[in-house]
Amino acid sequence: MMPVYETWSAERTAEIIAQYVDQPGALLPILHGVQAAFGCIPEPAVPILADALNLSRAEVHGVVTFYHDFRREPPGRHVLKLCRAEACQAAGCDALAERAQAKLGVGLGDTTADERVTLRPTYCLGLCAVAPSAMFDDRVIGRLDAKRLDALLEETWA
Amino acid sequence: MGVSARVFIARDAGALAVGADDVAVALARAASRRGVALDITRTGSRGLYWLEPLLEVVTPAGRVAYGPVAPEDVEALVDAGIFDGGQHPLRLGLTEEIPWLKRQIRLTFARCGVIDPLSLDDYRAHGGYRALERALSLGTEAIIEEVVQSGLRGRGGAGFPTGIKWRTVSQTSGPQKYIVCNADEGDSGTFADRMLIEGDPFVLIEGITIAGIAVGATKGYVYIRSEYPHAVATLAAALAAARREGLLGRGVAGSAHAFDLELRVGAGAYVCGEETSLLDSLEGKRGIVRAKPPLPAHKGLFGCPTVINNVLSLASVPSILGHGAAAYRELGHGRSRGTMPIQLAGNVKYGGLFETAFGITLGELVDRVGGGTASGRPVRAVQVGGPLGAYFPRALFDTPFDYEAFAARDGLIGHGGIVVFDDSVDMAKQARFAMEFCALESCGKCTPCRIGSTRGVETLERIINGDNAEPNIALIEDLCHTMKFGSLCALGGFTPYPVMSALTYFPEDFRARPRRLVAAE
Ligand SMILES: Cc1cc2nc3c(=O)[nH]c(=O)nc-3n(C[C@H](O)[C@H](O)[C@H](O)COP(=O)(O)O)c2cc1C
Ligand code: SF4
Repeated sequence: MMPVYETWSAERTAEIIAQYVDQPGALLPILHGVQAAFGCIPEPAVPILADALNLSRAEVHGVVTFYHDFRREPPGRHVLKLCRAEACQAAGCDALAERAQAKLGVGLGDTTADERVTLRPTYCLGLCAVAPSAMFDDRVIGRLDAKRLDALLEETWA
Repeated sequence: MGVSARVFIARDAGALAVGADDVAVALARAASRRGVALDITRTGSRGLYWLEPLLEVVTPAGRVAYGPVAPEDVEALVDAGIFDGGQHPLRLGLTEEIPWLKRQIRLTFARCGVIDPLSLDDYRAHGGYRALERALSLGTEAIIEEVVQSGLRGRGGAGFPTGIKWRTVSQTSGPQKYIVCNADEGDSGTFADRMLIEGDPFVLIEGITIAGIAVGATKGYVYIRSEYPHAVATLAAALAAARREGLLGRGVAGSAHAFDLELRVGAGAYVCGEETSLLDSLEGKRGIVRAKPPLPAHKGLFGCPTVINNVLSLASVPSILGHGAAAYRELGHGRSRGTMPIQLAGNVKYGGLFETAFGITLGELVDRVGGGTASGRPVRAVQVGGPLGAYFPRALFDTPFDYEAFAARDGLIGHGGIVVFDDSVDMAKQARFAMEFCALESCGKCTPCRIGSTRGVETLERIINGDNAEPNIALIEDLCHTMKFGSLCALGGFTPYPVMSALTYFPEDFRARPRRLVAAE
């Protein structure tokens, strides 16, 4: 399934904060909630989060930038994550990553100009016994090969 | 053919990744067309991943397995009478008799792939919650003593005795104590935590609950990585079920003990698997590694005494208490007692989870159990223990799977993952990747780790391009030495293992490389 993101609003952000703020160490759950709603952590959300949690903006910013998951820009309509860790390397993921980059004309971590797909590296999906592995939107994929990869890239037009 | 049939198909992420859902759908259709009332139970995986999607049919003789099944195979399978265990080229016989499974000693994974992971009735029918019952009758001191006696050591990598850790927390006073379950499982080549959570989540919940009762903690957290959405969903559902049935909450299982457990999802940082970084992350901060002391057992989560254990350590406890410490301790080798769920991954013919007693040799695991490479080419190297583990050549295949034996050869067993590489591997590139990964994931606290890894990448790049191999190799050796002794945690401290082992055992990949003028990669 392709995720559909909301447009940013301060009210919605406040709702998400209210949902988690009473938990100890609420910042990560809140950031996950914000990103699930908007597809990223929008810049104007940072001061609102800082205010709600009694943190400085710099502290919130520090957390957002520390974790690979949190992004400043929403992804493309589809996200293809290719595992680049050792088990998948042993099973030939390098060639697949090159193929995907060449076919899409973007590097790992980038989004195509038409915002059709974001290509991301990931370091282990725990599918190491069915390597090489990938994740396409919310679908897990094992025993990835060139043919299957091409079929996935075809699906990005949907 | 009977008019009703019962089958099992995994819904573990590893099985889904190779089409288990499509097989289930095709099977349901084929059955309904033939008027067969089909009951499909979705389970965890048995861990025989080269056979996934694996289909198991209930017959009077037991569960009969077929695999690997593609959706296109389903019509022919049904025509062959699989609902009565009929013959077909994909028929593997009784599941329990498949040699790869039969050879194992499944204690921690006894129920994984067997039961419906979210059915408490199933869990109980297979011995679940008996250990908690016994724990409640034993009392806190005796529970800890049993865990100490079992010889169980942490399965997250460091191998610290679990019972001793629990004892420290039990003897430390604090306004609140916590149990934190480390389900960050970041090592490539490992998937046992994921499999267990997706296949038998209640055994983990039971193990954590016992830990809580033993040390006097009333609150626990499971910190699970965001790369595991299926495990997150299964565990969330299992926690809700356990709460509903009074197995978590105010009076656990009718006792006077209160214990509740919460799920927290990581955010894609490998270093957050390190225990103190994980605690900071749980507190809502950047995952920066803390200096020790204080130990988490004294000042852990929110400054309170905290047990932090890996999924497998905690999930082994019900089996230990259920069968007694002596039975567990009897298994194993040297100071490594009990069983280890070993994970065979990468370019391997028979990849999956193999739980067995410590002591089996690396060669036995790779050649006999794993069947060599999937590509059919010779095995050249294996990396044991994740991205911080050493690369071992065939010459070291006599190493027994044992914490001390691996340490004696400058390696580690870590979380039990073995990644197999064939002879097409370029070990200088693997060494460069180890440095790249360290640079990418460093928490930034120590200079040797943060800066050294980046220098390492650059230097290995030069070696790969055939540029001044000898002085650059000397530089790498020097850098590794600095990282090893100047890093606060094992990310910076152990990255030298894969690098130095690659250099030591596969020097030909570093020296005498043709000189390339442009770094075309
Ligand atoms: C960089 C790094 C990553 C780690 N990742 C994990 C992990 O993903 N899971 C885990 O259980 N332990 C991990 N550890 C080990 C933990 O720090 C800690 O030893 C472990 O959680 C203790 O539990 P145990 O005694 O049950 O093994 C990691 C350590 C380091 C240095
Ligand atoms: S070794 Fe690296 S990851 Fe570990 S504390 Fe130091 S900088 Fe952080």
